Amino acid sequence: MSRTEIRITGFGGQGVVLAGYIIGRACAIEAGRHATLIQSFGPEARGSACSATLAVCDTEVLYPYIQRPDIFVVMSGEGYERYRAELKDDGVLIYEKDLVHPTPGAPDKAPLRLREGPAGPRAYGIPSTRIAESLGRAMVQNIVMVGFFTAVTQLVSRAQMRAAVQASVPPGTEELNLKAFDAGCAFFDTTYGEAAQSPALPASG
Amino acid sequence: MNTGNAELGTTGAGPGPADAAPEEHPIAPYVRMDRMPHIWCPTCGIGTVVKCFATALGETGVDLDKVAVVSGIGCTGRVAGYMKLDGFHTTHGRAIPFATGLKLGRPELHVTVFSGDGDLVGIGGNHFIHAARRNMDLLVILVNNFIYGMTGGQNAPTTPLTAKTSTMPFGNFERPFNLAHLAASCGASYVARWTCLHVRQLTWGLKDAIQRRGFRFVEVIAPCSTLYARLNKLGTGFNLMQFYHDNAEVRHGADTREVDIGFQDKIVCGKFVDDPRPTFLEMMDEHYRKILGDKYVPMPPAGGFIPDPDSCGNPDPNRHRDGAAASPRGPTP
Amino acid sequence: MRADPAGVLTGVHYLDGDFACGEGAMAAGCRFVAGYPITPSTEVVERIARRFPRMGGTFVQMEDELASMAAVVGASWTGTKSMTVTSGPGFSLMMENIGLAVMMETPCVVVNVQRGGPSTGLPTMVGQADMMQARWGSHGDYELIALCPQSPQEAFDLTIDAFNLSEQYRVPVLVMMDECVGHMTEKVIVRPAEDIEVVPRRLTAAPRGEFQPYRVDGRPVPEFARAGDGYRFHTTGLTHDERGYPVMNAECQEKCVRRLVDKIRGSAEQIVRFEEEGTEGADIVVVCYGITARVARLAVHLARERGVKAGVLRLVVVWPFPEQRIRELARHIRAFVVPEINYGQIVLEVERCAAGQAAVVPVPHGGGGVHDPSAICQSILRAAQ
Repeated sequence: MSRTEIRITGFGGQGVVLAGYIIGRACAIEAGRHATLIQSFGPEARGSACSATLAVCDTEVLYPYIQRPDIFVVMSGEGYERYRAELKDDGVLIYEKDLVHPTPGAPDKAPLRLREGPAGPRAYGIPSTRIAESLGRAMVQNIVMVGFFTAVTQLVSRAQMRAAVQASVPPGTEELNLKAFDAGCAFFDTTYGEAAQSPALPASG
Repeated sequence: MNTGNAELGTTGAGPGPADAAPEEHPIAPYVRMDRMPHIWCPTCGIGTVVKCFATALGETGVDLDKVAVVSGIGCTGRVAGYMKLDGFHTTHGRAIPFATGLKLGRPELHVTVFSGDGDLVGIGGNHFIHAARRNMDLLVILVNNFIYGMTGGQNAPTTPLTAKTSTMPFGNFERPFNLAHLAASCGASYVARWTCLHVRQLTWGLKDAIQRRGFRFVEVIAPCSTLYARLNKLGTGFNLMQFYHDNAEVRHGADTREVDIGFQDKIVCGKFVDDPRPTFLEMMDEHYRKILGDKYVPMPPAGGFIPDPDSCGNPDPNRHRDGAAASPRGPTP
Repeated sequence: MRADPAGVLTGVHYLDGDFACGEGAMAAGCRFVAGYPITPSTEVVERIARRFPRMGGTFVQMEDELASMAAVVGASWTGTKSMTVTSGPGFSLMMENIGLAVMMETPCVVVNVQRGGPSTGLPTMVGQADMMQARWGSHGDYELIALCPQSPQEAFDLTIDAFNLSEQYRVPVLVMMDECVGHMTEKVIVRPAEDIEVVPRRLTAAPRGEFQPYRVDGRPVPEFARAGDGYRFHTTGLTHDERGYPVMNAECQEKCVRRLVDKIRGSAEQIVRFEEEGTEGADIVVVCYGITARVARLAVHLARERGVKAGVLRLVVVWPFPEQRIRELARHIRAFVVPEINYGQIVLEVERCAAGQAAVVPVPHGGGGVHDPSAICQSILRAAQ
């Protein structure tokens, strides 16, 4: 059974949990797979480091928590420091370029193989906050990130994720959020190029 | 009196066949005569309060089918079992929240809480203050005998300073509650106090309270000759009644800050608060109507019960929620 | 009867266990909820508080869990299906009036989203250590029903079942969820109202003068009269006769309490519910419930890969306990392995029923997380040696 583990982290207010919810919903409902979302609770969900995890599987998710994520989505420096070590050696790092500064091969941590360029990068950065601001609302930063995530990972199709965005955001904000989603996808296309091959998702048992 | 309500038809039939029946006691329609004699001691004041409440119910003409009585534990806790109404004898201190559930589950009910001081403001004190704060539509009749009777004369949160109890054998040194002030300051819309001696005033006061809405608190000072009088060498129940006669003072509208009760001190009686402010359900209805408009579906007065369309057991199809969905909550005044 | 469509949010949702539980309650026809905030259960009532005003339901946030439970018992006597929701510390406070509900034979549902204990313990983290409290927490002798969902979908389905069982047997039914299931978001399918079977409150058709609230006439459960329907009945937490009148003697105690116990024990084989996977011809059977059941199934897969004939028996209904099935299995297998997020509770029941015929191996976990599947697997391998 193929299983993909994802951690999404950021600070409270960035919409970490909603991002996780949309990805989970796209997998479980739009793509017909199984996806279990676990979110962090308590004061941290309302500020400081916030985190959500997803286990996505073609069959029933038996173990609900993640052990070593295949995909690590980071929207804050604190979240990066806190969870960077658990990312799989061949995992994919997706990060907010202006807020997170990955340190390749830091001692005593699992080294991140940050190979740039079309040969198959494992780390993908996006200035998602700036893009969201350019759309008029910094709040949609998480949806920009979801778009970028979709383009990078191809975990589900862009249409499936787009449907999940539409179904999950507050009524009346769909248009802005879909615009944010598309902007995230577009950033991937222009920055990492048509030629850039997206990595096949690493799978683990 | 609403004669339509005087039918006896419930669990306890009246005493004896008709040909041999003595003249029926005036409150027999309100009392489970098959449970008499009651457990209360001679000269206990609780029976008097029951009589006054029954008389008041009769005089208001309220539909007795819609009156529920809820009691907690203790001597007064037995009232719910003796009145021929829907009667709930619940757990110690929890009569008020139980009654809250009854009221919110079927808003058309007139729910009366009938219990003692230890039950309602000792173990149940938290529920008392919050129900008053919410102005929950309950009539709370608290029989205050200054002591825990059923368990044998222990100290109560109402025991006056220096009075002796079995757990304060050298006299009480804890300050008691001034219950009228407690209720008033928590937001009760009606606050009154009477003694068991004031049979007419108490009956009038209970009738007055039945006809109002919101959290209505009626404190009744009652003699406990078996314990309170004996432990404090105050004589018999008769002597306590004599004491009420000589020391009770009726002062309607009195400032509740000044009506605390000292040991063998004067007892201020009367209606202290009568402020018809909106009840919990009225506040809720008004708020939801304002915020949700047409989307608001209030619970029908007959309650949140969803009948089985195939059932033959429902006694009155008019009470079905569909028929009542459009009508407002709560009893019509 | 079919569910009232007003409470059924038909569709395919991505919901956490707490929300799914709330949806299950509303679909089952629950229209009164009293609660007090406590992590990790609060989302259940938050969901309900938002949806109730649109379907004729009333939510009230009470001053504590004593009051919440008392209000639920009171509301149920109006025929309104009623529920409260809590976690460990609040569950402790509810015990008194759960006992009242048992004694008065009041249908109601209590959801406990279990967290780590004792005392304040681990408010935001998983535990399964209230399982014996669910069975024995209120004083006196009694029987009730407890269900254990393993997923948000089951939080929805079993909450409906809980209401139905509470109506059928007139007992409080406990939904013993855990923090992990409560806070886990997964796909939840809500069927159309016409596909959801709900058990209505069975009201008496007796003429007013003839109704006795606890007369059973040979049935296990008496007929119900609502407060306000003119029956003017009495009910009490005291030991009582068929009229609901207190009677203080051993004979009445035997009659009254015996029936309360027997109505569940006598129907236990209809109430118990469990799922088995690979128990046919197994040497080892893992007995599990709630979130631990999912982890245990993973462990069983691992053990089978290593050649052990292992199966799973998952308790859906935990109380009453499936004594008969455990006894049967004990005759044929080598050992039961019982992982649970406590230091040994349900394992005691397994031990009791196995009665020495099969070994019983506990796999305890103190809470704050779920088992490592390999730890359960190791226990299976050891038990198989």
